[in-house]
Amino acid sequence: MTGSALGGIAPSASAMTSMPAIGVQHAAWLLVAFPLAGAVILLLGGKRTNSWGHLVGVAMPLAAFAYGVVAFIAMLGYPAAGRSRDLHLFQWIAVGRFNVNIGILLDPLSICFVLLITGVGSLIHIFAVGYMASDPERRRFFGYMNLFLAAMLLLVLADNYLGLYAGWEGVGLASYLLIGFWQFKPAAAAAAKKAFIANRVGDAGLSLAIMLMFATFGSITFAGVDHAAGSASTGVVTAICLLLLLGACGKSAQLPLQSWLLDAMEGPTPVSALIHAATMVTAGVYLIVRSGPLFNLAPDAQLAVTIVGAATLLFGAIIGCAKDDIKKALAGSTMSQIGYMMLAAGLGPAGYVFAIAHLIAHGFFKAGLFLGAGSVKHEMDDEVDMRRFGGLWRVMPVTFVTFLLGYLAIIGVPPFSGFFTKDSIVDAAFGKGGTSGAILGVATVAGAAITAFYMSRVMFMTFAGERRWEEHAHPHEAPKVMTVPMILLAVGSVCAGGFLILNSRLLDFLRPVTGGPVTAHSVFTLAGWVTLVLVVAGFALAWLMYGRREIPVTAPAGNPMTVAARKELYGNAINESLLMRPGQWLTRLSVYFDNRGVDGLVNTVAATFGGSSGRLRKMQTGFVRSYALSMFIGAVLLLGALLLVRL
Amino acid sequence: MSHSMVLASPAATTTRELAFWILAIIAVVAGLGMVLARRAVHCAVLLAVVMLSLAALYALQGAPFLAFVQVIVYTGAVLMLFLFVLMIVGISAADSIVETIRGQRLAAGVSGIGLLVLLSLVVGHAAIGPASPAKASFGSSNVTGIARLLFTTYVFPFEITSALLITAALGAMVLAHRERTSPKPTQRSLSRQRIAGDHPTPLPGPGTYARHNAVDMPALLPDGSPSELSVSEVLSGGGQMGSPGTTALSAGTSDQENAANAGDA
Amino acid sequence: MVSPAHFVALSVILFVIGGVGVLVRRNALVVFMCVELMLNAANLAFVAFARMHGTLDGQVIAFFVMVVAAAEVVVGLAILTSIFRARRSASVDDASLMKY
Repeated sequence: MTGSALGGIAPSASAMTSMPAIGVQHAAWLLVAFPLAGAVILLLGGKRTNSWGHLVGVAMPLAAFAYGVVAFIAMLGYPAAGRSRDLHLFQWIAVGRFNVNIGILLDPLSICFVLLITGVGSLIHIFAVGYMASDPERRRFFGYMNLFLAAMLLLVLADNYLGLYAGWEGVGLASYLLIGFWQFKPAAAAAAKKAFIANRVGDAGLSLAIMLMFATFGSITFAGVDHAAGSASTGVVTAICLLLLLGACGKSAQLPLQSWLLDAMEGPTPVSALIHAATMVTAGVYLIVRSGPLFNLAPDAQLAVTIVGAATLLFGAIIGCAKDDIKKALAGSTMSQIGYMMLAAGLGPAGYVFAIAHLIAHGFFKAGLFLGAGSVKHEMDDEVDMRRFGGLWRVMPVTFVTFLLGYLAIIGVPPFSGFFTKDSIVDAAFGKGGTSGAILGVATVAGAAITAFYMSRVMFMTFAGERRWEEHAHPHEAPKVMTVPMILLAVGSVCAGGFLILNSRLLDFLRPVTGGPVTAHSVFTLAGWVTLVLVVAGFALAWLMYGRREIPVTAPAGNPMTVAARKELYGNAINESLLMRPGQWLTRLSVYFDNRGVDGLVNTVAATFGGSSGRLRKMQTGFVRSYALSMFIGAVLLLGALLLVRL
Repeated sequence: MSHSMVLASPAATTTRELAFWILAIIAVVAGLGMVLARRAVHCAVLLAVVMLSLAALYALQGAPFLAFVQVIVYTGAVLMLFLFVLMIVGISAADSIVETIRGQRLAAGVSGIGLLVLLSLVVGHAAIGPASPAKASFGSSNVTGIARLLFTTYVFPFEITSALLITAALGAMVLAHRERTSPKPTQRSLSRQRIAGDHPTPLPGPGTYARHNAVDMPALLPDGSPSELSVSEVLSGGGQMGSPGTTALSAGTSDQENAANAGDA
Repeated sequence: MVSPAHFVALSVILFVIGGVGVLVRRNALVVFMCVELMLNAANLAFVAFARMHGTLDGQVIAFFVMVVAAAEVVVGLAILTSIFRARRSASVDDASLMKY
């Protein structure tokens, strides 16, 4: 039946104390140091490193991944309750009561992210060697990518909120540098700026949350906040959680800070794959899961998180239906899938693990889908309009197969990854109970149906049907350096979900950190069957509209819904009228005030002096008698003063 | 000694008082007149009056030497020097009544009154005692007393002022010296110029009349108009040429007419 | 009995008259003459104070003032004549190059 087999929910082990790191985990700082060293070498080395730069750029993530695996194996050796290890590195800030140390926290949650980031990241780096082969700035590209990896790893490994914030800012910077990698393209530069500014709004929320945390709890380490969480009032904790949510919205492109993600597709495709699909945009989910102990004490904030997640998953899905640019369609899909993760994270301990599971699975199949899109774009001379594709399955078979596997994973067809992870989320949503649970559950199911529709649309327009290519296009299969990573990611798309969900593997692994259901639910529930039926229905609709009919090369006018979806549901228009125009008015007002008010004041002072000096000047008549008169008057005054003193 | 006894007698005191008041009033009136007079020569003469009355006041105060020195040196030499320069500048040059600088007169008047008030306060406040009797250091007379002081206590300033006088005389010579920019014309070249010019004969002299006879009186031409050539350029250029008057002219013509009429009748 | 105070008062009056004259008159020579009037007034005060003290020092100082005044007049009038030669005018208001 419904997923009521959740049974009791173990509380999050908020009081799980971390022990100092021992053995091989003692060198955990290497995880951040490897990619950081790569970035330093490549960016400071300059043009001298052009010939071998990409090799360093690939070697570093692989080295970090190797160490990550070693650390993971070591962690598995520890008992379940003792897997959280803290490695103190150095003291960063010591001002009054405010003491911040930089340390690394290796626990099940962070090791999951480390493996995902370094593993998928290394594959994407290898792909980029081939993709960016014709770009003269390839070395700089790898420098920025390594910088990103270092910042992302710092984000997930830091043991306090300020270290997390440092990594948070670092990934924002790397994202800006990489979106605007081709600076000479005005669209790319504008997109980079937009991404940075939207992220900044979220960052403000996060920094305010950290400040509030320090003011309330006196500490900003995860352990310290967990211990002290119960001592504050619900109102304060809710405020902190809402601010954290704002930060997460910025980084993960959720409503209302979602407008930058689609524009970010201006960057090179490996960037879109790594940063805007697999890793950076998931940082918001990581933040919420990590702050679980706080959220568990603020049900209102959790409700807000679920509402944001549900709204975004539908929003992203609708946008994805109408975009003709393959990368933008996939970006809408990313927005939607992260909405799923947010929704799950907002369900509390019942949903944290499933959010992480979906996050890992999504990392595999979304990266695979983006790499496939990149391969297609690379072979079609940088064409991204799907109306110009068609019939590619014959000429690019490997790409087609890997893309197909990722597609099946994302729409949730068993036994591929997405089925298990998405169904867990649908179940958890319905399991919440009450009106909110029902609404959320319906939203997730509807989202799955729409996902099936637009992803099938992408498949039909890109790979199936007649060829609608330009004259100069001669696509053939991508080189091995690009196809091998895609194949490896496809393996993950197939297996990851099942591997994580079945036998409660991930649940048991993460439960000490996040808490979760004691007994796992059954996989085949009523909601699951209904979802599957709707998925098939979505596929059928897409086949009717795109598979059977001929696809016009120029986009038809479309009904109002299509027009709205093409305009990203007026997200940009709202931002413009609500924020940009008032901002411009404010700027104009400031300039006006500066010119008239401030300058006027200064100029008036100057003019006063000038004018009075002009008038004073007239006293110099040049006549000797006037000077004699002034001397005479002066003598009289002096005499008077002298007399005054004596009398 | 002797004059101090004269000074002590009661009749002498009233005379002295009377003398003081008369002299004081003369001096003040002359001073005011000097400041207010339009013509510069009047100012000089009135200044002479002031100086002379001051000399008398010195004598009244038992400083006869100073009184005579005032008359001889100050009035006689310095003031006459003023008059000489006035002659060079122009005797009838008169200041216009209109004041060019706005508010000058008002300010000068106000500050003058202010200074007067302040100085009166000072004088009133100061302890000015009565005249004390002459000391023994005077010697037999005023002159010897001054001489004694001059050549003992004040010998150094005396020597310095003598140097000052020499310097002043030299300075005046240097300042008033006119450097010739061209060689001095000789007698020969002057007469050459005169012969070659438009007027070889000497210029006519000034006119001599029954009522007027001075260097500024022009001679009359045959048609009765005054001849500018007969008066020095300095005077005619400065507008100080006199006019013979109509009486001289009309008297001459009426006599001729009378003579002609008498001859006819 | 005419006390020295009377003479000092007279001296003050003459001094003020001379001072106002310096400010008001335009002819350079007349200005000079007003300065002489001021010096004379000072001399009168000196003599009065000499009489008050009973010594002759004031008279000697008045004597020196006269000498210096004479020297000053000599040089001043020489300057005046050379200016007059250049400018043909003896008005004090001619020197107004310092006008704004």
